Amino acid sequence: MPEPSPTKPPLQDLKPLPQDVGVAAPVGTGAPERIGKPRSLWSDAWHDLRRNPTFIVSALLILFLIVVAVFPSLFTGTDPKFCVLAESNKGGVPGHPFGFDRQGCDIYSRVIYGARASVAVGILVTTGVVLIGGVIGALAAFYAGATDSVLSRVTDVFFAIPLLLGAIVFLQSFPFRNILTVSAAIMIFGWPIVARVMRGAVISVKEADFVTAARALGASDMRILRRHILPNAIAPVIVVATISLGLFIVLEATLSFLGIGLPSSTVSWGGDINDAQSSLRSAPHVLLYPSVALSITVLAFMLLGDAVRDALDPKLR
Amino acid sequence: MTQDTIDTTADNAWRRRDPGAAVLEVENLHVEFRTRDGVAKAVNGVTFDLQPGETLAILGESGSGKSVTAQAIMGILDTPPGYVTQGSVRFRGTDLLTLPEKERRRYRGEKIAMIFQDALSSLNPVYSVGFQIGEMFRVHRGASRADAKIKAIELMDRVHIPAARQRVNDFPHQFSGGMRQRIMIAIALSLDPDIIIADEPTTALDVTVQAQVMQLLADLQAESKMGLILITHDLGVVADVADKISVMYAGSLIEQAPSLDLYANPAHPYTERLLAAIPRVDLKGQELYTIKGIPPNLTDIPAGCAFHPRCPYAQPICSEKVPPLEDVSGDRRSACHFWKEVLDGSLQIR
Repeated sequence: MPEPSPTKPPLQDLKPLPQDVGVAAPVGTGAPERIGKPRSLWSDAWHDLRRNPTFIVSALLILFLIVVAVFPSLFTGTDPKFCVLAESNKGGVPGHPFGFDRQGCDIYSRVIYGARASVAVGILVTTGVVLIGGVIGALAAFYAGATDSVLSRVTDVFFAIPLLLGAIVFLQSFPFRNILTVSAAIMIFGWPIVARVMRGAVISVKEADFVTAARALGASDMRILRRHILPNAIAPVIVVATISLGLFIVLEATLSFLGIGLPSSTVSWGGDINDAQSSLRSAPHVLLYPSVALSITVLAFMLLGDAVRDALDPKLR
Repeated sequence: MTQDTIDTTADNAWRRRDPGAAVLEVENLHVEFRTRDGVAKAVNGVTFDLQPGETLAILGESGSGKSVTAQAIMGILDTPPGYVTQGSVRFRGTDLLTLPEKERRRYRGEKIAMIFQDALSSLNPVYSVGFQIGEMFRVHRGASRADAKIKAIELMDRVHIPAARQRVNDFPHQFSGGMRQRIMIAIALSLDPDIIIADEPTTALDVTVQAQVMQLLADLQAESKMGLILITHDLGVVADVADKISVMYAGSLIEQAPSLDLYANPAHPYTERLLAAIPRVDLKGQELYTIKGIPPNLTDIPAGCAFHPRCPYAQPICSEKVPPLEDVSGDRRSACHFWKEVLDGSLQIR
């Protein structure tokens, strides 16, 4: 009997030649034309974002806001807490372009210093919400069954509590208030949005063949979740997080406006808007400047979220 | 010494005589899916073994249980709804089904690796192919990123991906279908497994690329002496590469034979009808032959021989008694009451 069994005819002519690249490559095996350098989802998204004017404008605004929040003294030399009652509700004068509020404090400097509270709360809450909601949503989706039922019901319970009401109740029962406690209050009731988005995204990725393949190649549960599912499921979470960031800033301002957010010792736009309402008729400019600052900030984050969504969601193209 | 006799036997296709040498033995495997519509018996008592360096093709139409068998061997059944209810899967004597998940995981990738049908969706879109091949070395061998990348390039060369060094950082979507399947093969091959299970590896590819991928698998197998289980519904694909073929119908093995024998003279009406359904160039212009009827619903498999409602030779006994898998000769078996008659062609079509 011949050694190579007759069931295996040699198919030498079909073997691709590794040296033979590009020129007369065997049918179907040749490397396709290389277009630019390798592109991942992220570099693809970045490529899109850089050309999107909405992204450029909002990103620059946010960058500016962060610089203002971190180094307010670069933009004003006036102490926001140095107030002269004699100047109460006066309009703009050289050196004090936005005028003075009811207490006679410089509005321009208060708007500058108020950015810190808004940006800090916004970023803190968003980070916390993504961590809590992301972990809960991902675990619920990945383990499914009873784990999913329990975690999803807990999510539903928190989702059912109106964000503002929950935060008010939480802060009322707290002895002291600062940026951390206000952030915690919003975080505790804000994470269900992210949890739901994350759960949906993980469920859709979990069924993918590459997850089965990873399992067949010996990857552990945690590795599959961390390295294979999350990177494919994180895009919608990033979009929701960016858009919600604006929402959380508004919420902080609302709480401060209601007088249960940041204490008056912390300069914040919400607090200043609250103070301004008593003299709204006689001195509308006192209300105007912090409101405009707040609106622009929120708008910037919303626009950024929109731009990021457009870049990350190929279905919208 | 026994090893030598095995490798030099002229008839090295079927080596059941020495079961101790088998790298994989599947015995009486039962898998069912507990669904809302009832229990679907996807695999009903499948038994086969695989010798080192051997290629076994599991042939069957959609829903015959061939992929589920593979998933049960790998331990990647979706549970629930899928459960292995009976049987054993022994890898070099160790029953994988009784191992705790943590230990079993070590067999995946290291000892038994799997190639899937759709290479594009089986590769993670967010990582470069080099990263994904290298992941095997980083996770299982603790290699550094740089070493893993070198290994990845070596493997890409080994599966004949042109310009491996330049393409190692490319992403799956930048490769053609055949190249992606080569990358899957490279990943499966990376840790030198003893067995590779290929679940319809060429179904998503066009015909010329199919032949190349099959040839690559055959070459790699010859180099490394690994066992190959080829799951397919394509009789043309297995003819050239398989040493032996197991035909599945409705979750059961109905015929096992060395490929040549099976093609030359099937011992089961289903196999015979399948072969008759292959389009032939010399019969161009004629209507293509099909097997009448549809595959049985797995929640309600017909009594007796599962194939009897579609079998042109069916007799009363076929709907009453399940035909056992009987030895036809030393190296082939058939589950038909009338295998003798099927073999010598003396049966009359009803």
